Amino acid sequence: MRSALRSQYFWGVVALVLLVGVNVVKDPSFVQITINDGNLYGSLIDILRASAPVLMIATGMTLVIATGGIDLSVGAVMCVAGAVSMEFLANVSDPGSLTSVLSALGLALGLSLVLGMVNGFFVSVLGLQPFITTLIMMLAGRGIAKVITAGQNTTATSAPFRWISNGYVLGFPVAFLIALVVVAALALVVRRTALGLMIESVGINPKASRMAGIRPRNILFTVYAVSGLLAGMAGVFTTANVMTVEVAKTGMNMELDAILAVVIGGTSLAGGKFSLGGSVIGALLIVTLDKTITFLSIPSAATPAFKAVVIVIICLLQSERVRALFTHRRPRPPAPPAQNPTQTLEEVVA
Amino acid sequence: MKPPAPVVEMTGISIEFPGVKALDDVALRLYPGEVHALMGENGAGKSTLIKALTGVYTVDAGTIVVDGQQRDLRGTADAQDAGIATVYQEVNLCTNLSIGENVMLGHEARGPLGVSWRRTHAQARAALARLGLDDLDTHAPLSSLSIALQQLVAISRAMVVDCKVLILDEPTSSLDAHEVANLFTVMRRLRDSGVAILFVSHFLDQVYEITDRLTVLRNGRLVSEHLTRDLSRGDLVSAMIGKDVATLTSLGSERAARVTDPGAVPVLEARGIGRKGSIHPSDVEVHAGEVVGFAGLLGSGRTELARLLYGADRPDTGEIRVDGRRTSFGSPVAAIAERVAFSTENRRDEGIVADLSVRENLVLAVQAKRGWMRPIPRKEQDELCARYIAELNIRPADAERPIKNLSGGNQQKVLLARWLATAPRLLILDEPTRGIDVGAKAEIQEAVVALAAEGMGVVFISSELDEVVRLSDTIVVLRDRREVETIVNGPTVTADTIVGIIAREGDAA
Amino acid sequence: MSTTLDVERPTRSPRLRPRLNLAALPTVAAVVILAIMLVYGELAYGKIFQLNTLSNLFISNSYLIILAVGLTFVILAGGIDLSVGAVVAFASVSGVMLVNAGVPSVLAMVAMIAIGAVFGLMSGVLVQYFDVQPFIATLAMMFLARGLASILSTAPERLADDSGFRTLSDEIKLIDGPKLNDLVITPNVVIALLVAGAGFVLLHRTRFGRTVYAIGGSEQSATLMGLPVARTKVWIYVVSGTCAGLAAVVYTSKLGIAQNITGTGWELDAIAATVIGGTLLTGGAGYVLGSVVGALVLGLMNVLITRDGSIPAEATTIITGVVLLAFVILQRAVTHARRRT
Repeated sequence: MRSALRSQYFWGVVALVLLVGVNVVKDPSFVQITINDGNLYGSLIDILRASAPVLMIATGMTLVIATGGIDLSVGAVMCVAGAVSMEFLANVSDPGSLTSVLSALGLALGLSLVLGMVNGFFVSVLGLQPFITTLIMMLAGRGIAKVITAGQNTTATSAPFRWISNGYVLGFPVAFLIALVVVAALALVVRRTALGLMIESVGINPKASRMAGIRPRNILFTVYAVSGLLAGMAGVFTTANVMTVEVAKTGMNMELDAILAVVIGGTSLAGGKFSLGGSVIGALLIVTLDKTITFLSIPSAATPAFKAVVIVIICLLQSERVRALFTHRRPRPPAPPAQNPTQTLEEVVA
Repeated sequence: MKPPAPVVEMTGISIEFPGVKALDDVALRLYPGEVHALMGENGAGKSTLIKALTGVYTVDAGTIVVDGQQRDLRGTADAQDAGIATVYQEVNLCTNLSIGENVMLGHEARGPLGVSWRRTHAQARAALARLGLDDLDTHAPLSSLSIALQQLVAISRAMVVDCKVLILDEPTSSLDAHEVANLFTVMRRLRDSGVAILFVSHFLDQVYEITDRLTVLRNGRLVSEHLTRDLSRGDLVSAMIGKDVATLTSLGSERAARVTDPGAVPVLEARGIGRKGSIHPSDVEVHAGEVVGFAGLLGSGRTELARLLYGADRPDTGEIRVDGRRTSFGSPVAAIAERVAFSTENRRDEGIVADLSVRENLVLAVQAKRGWMRPIPRKEQDELCARYIAELNIRPADAERPIKNLSGGNQQKVLLARWLATAPRLLILDEPTRGIDVGAKAEIQEAVVALAAEGMGVVFISSELDEVVRLSDTIVVLRDRREVETIVNGPTVTADTIVGIIAREGDAA
Repeated sequence: MSTTLDVERPTRSPRLRPRLNLAALPTVAAVVILAIMLVYGELAYGKIFQLNTLSNLFISNSYLIILAVGLTFVILAGGIDLSVGAVVAFASVSGVMLVNAGVPSVLAMVAMIAIGAVFGLMSGVLVQYFDVQPFIATLAMMFLARGLASILSTAPERLADDSGFRTLSDEIKLIDGPKLNDLVITPNVVIALLVAGAGFVLLHRTRFGRTVYAIGGSEQSATLMGLPVARTKVWIYVVSGTCAGLAAVVYTSKLGIAQNITGTGWELDAIAATVIGGTLLTGGAGYVLGSVVGALVLGLMNVLITRDGSIPAEATTIITGVVLLAFVILQRAVTHARRRT
């Protein structure tokens, strides 16, 4: 029992169950699943479908945070992916053909990957601080999206593209299945190879990692590139859902959801050990939370504030000072003042 | 003539951290108008004692009396109020500000319109003049000065607050002979004006040149307090490392003199290898199956030299050859590729990856070498761990435990295992037995000898001279950041021989 | 006395060595850039070197000047504040709603400034006492403020045209030039210049200001030197937050409307203004007056882009981002080179 309590998933799953319970109290039909034409429908199914984009960016954010960095640009990259795919499909002669759809996908994912690699380059090679690099990308990225669509909220029609988000396979939403496969594949790569170990090592102690023969530069570049790619995937899901890209709104504040999912999942914002499974639970929790708020007819304007408060509380819980309160430990002798967190990796990566 | 009352009297000082008693009933007396040296090896407790005096640590037991008044020092501001000023090894000024600002930081002259810079700089100039630095432009940035001058600026800052006690923590580590001479002139001037100076340094020549009295600490305890002129160098070194001269003489070398094949190409050969500010150009040669020991006191440059051999730092001069081939190690990755491994002495910052398990720490270097795409199968990892846990007696024998929960000694063993697992051809061990219990020390020493017998080249660095003497085939003796002599070990070489070489009167630095 | 010390000192002949403060160089460069842009604009588009253009430059950017001054304090000490734009939104929506509910304008303004200060205090406490990294703490504050603003209202809140609030943006003609070419000033501009002046005094004429620079140079050294580091680190965020509140007052009085989406991206503009103005992003060097120049550079950039007409308005954020990136990379290259020597 105790090990179950300690498991970082435990509280996440408990919260998830509680949230669903709250909804059920309001209206038992919340958990009702109907089958129509061999496909499943219902609020729970909606949650699964809506979780696809969040799963993508949460996964990418987990890896970036594990190296001690941050990616504030995921929302903007989502928007760029949406913009480029919609523009392409709106202007191509046969948007419904498979080639068009694959091309649109390729463009969206390709551009997102490039943006991620740009972030990675600045952080790993030039040693710029992650927050400023991705902050600039966050705003410049949205600008790029606006330039692509010339400021318009481009709409396109393409049944196959739409299917990516709204279709069904084996009764389940395609989006969710794709997201699950991607996360599973990434988890496999990260945990079955030595990549996960190296990411954690670089996040915990870049100096020791370098002395042990790891190249922190390569690790950093990779995680930012992956984060960009996954954000592109998320953008495709979001845009395909409504077949419109809103350059001011698509992906807005999604970085908040991603960071929240990661911290709920138990990964520390300071970097180091990470849990992809935890981030999955965190992502599901956030989507359920959003759904609950709508379901209970609470104005959704309140959610960002609420999410911000949760992040602050979790940060407090993760801080040494509060931890010491709980364990009644004699506070350690004052260590040298914490490294300036805006410090770059210059000394390490050099 | 009866000496004046001490300006600082620390009695019965004890400070304990979880798991280790850093200071145990230590006493220190500082008299006005005196330069007092605080001596001791690594882990002796010097820096802890100083931090107690400067308010960084609070004492668990004991009293501190400053100028006749008992003080409870709970922060750096308290110590400053008590008249205690410190100049640290890294100078610890703000290089982004001007000289005058640094001197007066926190004590700027204020008028009705805020800080009066004219008066502030004037006061700064006056303070600098008292040290003989009257023609410095106080508006110039601090970064335009050499480290030596920055240090003097730091000292004049201490003078601004009219300190009674000046603590100089390793002030000469980055200075050349000329700059040291200037510093000593300033120190003498301050001493003559009644300031009590606490001088912490590893450089024996300097201690004998400038200090009037010294206190020796070892393992957190007070060993003795002497007038400098009453203690010979040999006795000082013995007091610091804990063996009396007689015992040292009896510890003869246990290695039969090794015969090197004259034509053998050394595994590693470094000629004239040096780095400005870190180590003077030195030569090192290691053959396969040879144990080369680096002997010298802390601060003599042992680690610095080793880091150059490994690629952790880049040398400014000299060349390195591996198996006769000229190479240069730009980074640890390059050295590891050449099968050179380095076990750092700074295991907390550069060694352990704290939150990872023992197993993950152990396999890290091997895994890094193989690349991320070829993970070591779990079975192989477990075998590796089991092997080294047994060989090095790592406790607790649980490979999944986070390494941060292990004692320092066991952490060191895991790090050693990390490097042994890479089957290097040259293994550089920096203080591998520091903080390890006696039994484990013997185990590691045996392991080192066995490795050499298998053909590995080993560089063994230790502050314990009897260890170095017992294990090495060749001993490189370092003092004051340079190699002073390389001797071949033999039955006639004892720890006393090394002590003699180190303590030998020579030019300072 | 001085003869006993025999050290080679670079300052032996002070007269030969000009008293060049290297840290001021980036700010001087910013002024030069501004000058070049003015000249270029005049040559390329005309009508730049005119009183009304210059007046508008100050009037349109007074809010940015105030934000940049506040942010300078934080960045100088090595921190960052990502919440300023969102705090402006929350403060302005609250303020307008208060005024529309009958609260006197002056009180509403005080409330807006206080809101900014409170958010700054929260950020400061999180950073200093709970060891939260500045960008996370202020990022959370950003979402919190933005969220609270959205809770209050998602529709634009309008101020009555005759409201006392709006007098701050009343134009005062200083020089009556031909046709519409007048040198005009508004109380907002005066406020902005006063804030810049106050910032200058705080940073260069008080011990608090020296402590800010010292922390930016080396927090460890500052602590060891006995400076009140903890207190100062909280205060800088309070300063930044207060400036955000003040910027909300200035902006709302000019626009007359407050909305929850106000201020999106302003943190990047403020950071850009500060960095362009010569403040090192890593802290320790920079001038408040430089941030003012940086704000004007950004404002002028917008004017030139609009005049040019060929660059779409959507591209402005990209350009600001690229410019900021260029400056950050330049700063990094210079610091790297200096560390090598």
